[in-house]
Amino acid sequence: MKVLTANRLADGIAVWYANGGWAETIDHADIAHDKAAEDRLEAIGAKASAANEVVDVNLIDVTVANGTVEAVRLREKIRAAGPTTRNDLGKQARPQAARAA
Amino acid sequence: MYRYDEFDHDFVKARVAEFSDQVARRLAGEITEDQFRPLRLMNGVYLQLHAYMLRIAVPYGTLNSKQLRMLGHIARKYDKGYGHFTTRQNIQFNWPALSDIPAILADLASVEMHAIQTSGNCIRNVTADHFAGAAADEVADPRPYAEILRQWSSVHPEFSFLPRKFKIAVTGAERDRAAIQTHDIGLHLKKNAAGELGFAVYVGGGQGRTPMVAKKIRDFLPEADLLSYCTAILRVYNLYGRRDNKFKARIKILVHETGVEEITRQVEAEWQELKDAELRLPEEDIRAIDAYFAPPALVDRPEGDEAVKLARLDSKSFSEWLDQNVVTHRHPDYAAVTISLKGIGETPGDASDSQMEAVADIAEKYSFDELRVSHEQNLILPHVARADLKAVYDALVDIGLATANSNLISDIISCPGLDYCALATARSIPVAQEISRRFASLERQREIGELKLKISGCINACGHHHVGHIGILGVEKKGAELYQVTLGGSADENTSVGEIIGRGFSSEEITDAIEQIVETYLGLRLDRNERFIDAYRRVGPAPFKEALYAGEAKAA
Repeated sequence: MKVLTANRLADGIAVWYANGGWAETIDHADIAHDKAAEDRLEAIGAKASAANEVVDVNLIDVTVANGTVEAVRLREKIRAAGPTTRNDLGKQARPQAARAA
Repeated sequence: MYRYDEFDHDFVKARVAEFSDQVARRLAGEITEDQFRPLRLMNGVYLQLHAYMLRIAVPYGTLNSKQLRMLGHIARKYDKGYGHFTTRQNIQFNWPALSDIPAILADLASVEMHAIQTSGNCIRNVTADHFAGAAADEVADPRPYAEILRQWSSVHPEFSFLPRKFKIAVTGAERDRAAIQTHDIGLHLKKNAAGELGFAVYVGGGQGRTPMVAKKIRDFLPEADLLSYCTAILRVYNLYGRRDNKFKARIKILVHETGVEEITRQVEAEWQELKDAELRLPEEDIRAIDAYFAPPALVDRPEGDEAVKLARLDSKSFSEWLDQNVVTHRHPDYAAVTISLKGIGETPGDASDSQMEAVADIAEKYSFDELRVSHEQNLILPHVARADLKAVYDALVDIGLATANSNLISDIISCPGLDYCALATARSIPVAQEISRRFASLERQREIGELKLKISGCINACGHHHVGHIGILGVEKKGAELYQVTLGGSADENTSVGEIIGRGFSSEEITDAIEQIVETYLGLRLDRNERFIDAYRRVGPAPFKEALYAGEAKAA
């Protein structure tokens, strides 16, 4: 299972592709379950990159737990939450944003 | 300290305008990321895990109060209320929006600062002894030469696209506090028998995945020849340095593969062509730059001895801070103070916006408006009257920056690691924090004595782990963080690269392993005066291996 992630061009904030747009949390990102879906996400990423919406586009491995998407690698878990040393910063600091997404 | 002249002002202003235009064109989609990346890097803008990161140059680590206050302002207005001081004596902000960076750079330019050449394959910020101009043991202030190098290397057309980045450090004392032998070029300012100033020149040091100690290629280079000789080194490197493999592109690899004798011959041959031409520094130009670094007028303050004596009796914590964080100044009534950014359990090198502003106020009031950033990620007040030390201490207590741990085990160098950095393979800061908490007792730390512990979150070694007395390297193995320990490194006048002690440790095990190493040292040292590094050099790795792994061998 993979999702599409990038950083927003104007402010660099980490984002994930969900419901036809770029969400600020990973929770409800669109999941690719097979190669065809991965190709579709990659094409979306390439287009968004070419349109200068986002930079550093990548497909990353995820799992689903309790209906929300979770990154597999520690690096991506930290991107999705914020620094583990500062839980007042990053996505983890804004639980309301996570719920709204 | 150095003040911009008209040329500097125009140069920085023009650069801000140029980069602002490039940012605007990028945001408008007129240039692609591939086109923009080298431009943003040349201006210190990286893309990290969570956001962009802006690295701001602090030339040779020297700041005035106005500049530090501006850094505090930037932290508050454009970032998330803090900044991170780095091993290149610079500062990084972790969360700026690209769209705000032109405004940040304009603010910086208003206090004679910029972010030029803090990234890219060019000559980076020239670093210097953080006690320069104050140290009792230096032959001369190394900063005027660092400033000459800064002026020469800024947008140098020949050296802006080198095979790889290039770092220069200068020290003016026998005791090397600038880690010059870990640099591409290390310069040791000294006097010859005739009393003339010049440099011992070291080349080809570096860390990263292939750590090397620099080799001395000249014992005495007259000061007038500084730029011609550095140009000769850079030319040889630019011509022969490998561009085919990023991991073999630093000058250390060229020096290693070519051999010291041959590289010296090449540099000397190139230098013969250059030495008597326009790069020769006129005496009056050197002295003109020197004048910018004229020491402040230090009036005698003989009441300091008595004041310090009384304050010591009054406060044990002041006394401990004095012993640990205050060093001798060339003027006996003054001292240089290390402000530790390594509070127990804190992030090494981080300072909040209000701490930066408060430290700026302290420097203005008590240190002739001068500050330094050390490569060990602390701040320095270089010229404090001993009579004012108690007042400075009290002011630092108020802002939580009076930790008395300079050069002790909790005075840890740590890179940002996987909590921020896109290149990292493991976290560094939490490891530093846990070790710091484990050794929180100052009494215990003082019993252990001088111990340099350095942590990197990947093989690029930004946390200088290779030259830590104890070094920790975080890697990713089978999806988990694994910490490899090296022992016996040092980054002073006896620079050495640490040796890997054995298999790595998990994040749960690493602090126990460090404690075991420290206890082993305490058990085998000759006496309290034998530092960890000296004991390690005497006994070698065996007792430490035994302590860490003997149980495993038996179990197996």
